[in-house]
Amino acid sequence: MLSRTRSEQAEFASGNGVVSRRVFLEGALTAGAVAASTTSATTEPLAVQPWMQVPGAGFTGYGQPSRFEDKTVRVSPPPPNPATQGVGASRTPLHLLDGIITPSGLHFERSHSGVPDINPELHRLVIHGLVRRPLVFTLDALHRYPMQSRIAFIECAGNSQLLNAPQPQLVGIAALHGLIGCSEWTGVRLSMLLDEAGVDPSARWVVAEGADAASMSRSIPLAKAMDDTLVCLYQNGERVRPSNGYPVRLLVPGFEGNMNVKWLRRLKLTTAPVMTKDETSKYTILLKDEKAWQFVFPMEVKSVITRPAPAMTLKQPGFYEISGLAWSGNGSIRQVDVSADGGVSWAPAALQAPILPRAPVRFRAAWQWNGAPAILQSRATDDTGMMQPTRTQFAAERGLRGVYHYNAIASWRIDEKGEVSNVYA
Amino acid sequence: MSMLERLAAGMVMLLAPCALAQVPKFGQEIAPADIAAWDISIGPDGLALPPGRGTAKDGEAVFAAKCQACHGEKANGGPNDPLVGGMGTLAPGKTPVKTVGSYWPYATTLFDYIRRAMPFQESKSLTSDEIYAVSAYILNLNGIVGTDEVLDAQSLPKVRMPNREGFIVFPRNPQ
Repeated sequence: MLSRTRSEQAEFASGNGVVSRRVFLEGALTAGAVAASTTSATTEPLAVQPWMQVPGAGFTGYGQPSRFEDKTVRVSPPPPNPATQGVGASRTPLHLLDGIITPSGLHFERSHSGVPDINPELHRLVIHGLVRRPLVFTLDALHRYPMQSRIAFIECAGNSQLLNAPQPQLVGIAALHGLIGCSEWTGVRLSMLLDEAGVDPSARWVVAEGADAASMSRSIPLAKAMDDTLVCLYQNGERVRPSNGYPVRLLVPGFEGNMNVKWLRRLKLTTAPVMTKDETSKYTILLKDEKAWQFVFPMEVKSVITRPAPAMTLKQPGFYEISGLAWSGNGSIRQVDVSADGGVSWAPAALQAPILPRAPVRFRAAWQWNGAPAILQSRATDDTGMMQPTRTQFAAERGLRGVYHYNAIASWRIDEKGEVSNVYA
Repeated sequence: MSMLERLAAGMVMLLAPCALAQVPKFGQEIAPADIAAWDISIGPDGLALPPGRGTAKDGEAVFAAKCQACHGEKANGGPNDPLVGGMGTLAPGKTPVKTVGSYWPYATTLFDYIRRAMPFQESKSLTSDEIYAVSAYILNLNGIVGTDEVLDAQSLPKVRMPNREGFIVFPRNPQ
């Protein structure tokens, strides 16, 4: 008889039921205490369903999710002014996804004047300013360059901003944290195009501008533009989606989402930033005193538990996987700790490969819920040594008036009914 | 040939001098005049400001016709952002009301943004005179310029915004 050896004894790694990550690392699915989870037995005989008896549908040009997955959609609040639709954002339903790649149709959207309907044959990208030769590129021309792919997150600087509120907002994870997505982006290194134009030694900045009706623009340090910035034509293997910048957008790895300019039409080399609306009146962080941080580039180390998450109910005590995403705009994730007792005790989660710089990592931990109220938290550390702050530490440094770049530890409370809600702890 | 000799011969072939490979160059040169319609960025030095002029008095009618529906009467806010007020609200402990008057560090940004993005339903439709005038109107409502003060390419960059010194560069940017 074939049998599998399983360890009999659970090893709790921290308080309130967090099980050692060896459960994941060693591939043993159950350990003693976890095996105590109750699983209701199947009581009905297996039925032969209609789809097992008649041929299925034919082939389609472009596949869609199952019709039973119609709740897996982006969420967006109604616009404050119906006359200015397209200002604002839609958010990724993180709790309904797994892995690290965001399906392109579920990647969050942020636009300042809607999604332009750009004809790629008429689209142009121009590089000018402090260059020897101003150049214009067609899409066909851009496609002729050698390309490279990179899995990277893009996070809106405004993600998680509701957690600045004095009282915890009773909304879902998409509304709270859904302004982050991760794609495999493919395109041309910006440095290659800049070299071709011949950057003047006096240039220090690149002003990037979109072809949308708002001509959204941001100043980017030349050093970053010459380093790892990509002029992207593909997202997850297909052409970039319209709301993510079709036909061409910037990827500025690790930097705040707004700088990853979509619908890219123009790059101007300058000696100084132009102080656009979106780098002065917006995307600046008002501190506790009257000063504001400006040019806040990296999205600093952060994590969020995506399951369990609000709107989910734990139906019974027992085994649950705690799963989430961790990322850092400054490098790779080195460690994620989880807590089931509101940060009193922590245990390291298992990090799932791949672990890539400036890309999210999927972390997993095993948890045995005993049915009593619990507070789940995750805390990421990146390879620069920076650890995600508590909300108290975050507020002590900068206050809670900054709106942008909120990256403090988030807390989910599980009540005795198994309902999950956003709390401060 | 021994294995070593074959290897050496292969390496010589690899290292043999040959014509330099072509670096991909697919951009087409474009004359600055042909970029002009897109070259709309205006920095704090104002060097890129176009000819034209306007006063707050001129701008009142422009604002009423083109801006008020969203930004409210006298720019106090409607369904969209207020553009006036909030002075003093950046102080510690207060709830900040960030407007052109209370928060924006450069007046040139106002011209740049209106020209590229406003009015929302028909961006890039205002004349330079209208943009100078409506900028003057918004600055006047904030008590920053006088009613009859002429804004143009020379005077706009000289406008001193109240929060000009309010910003510091983030100290943890990668070097």
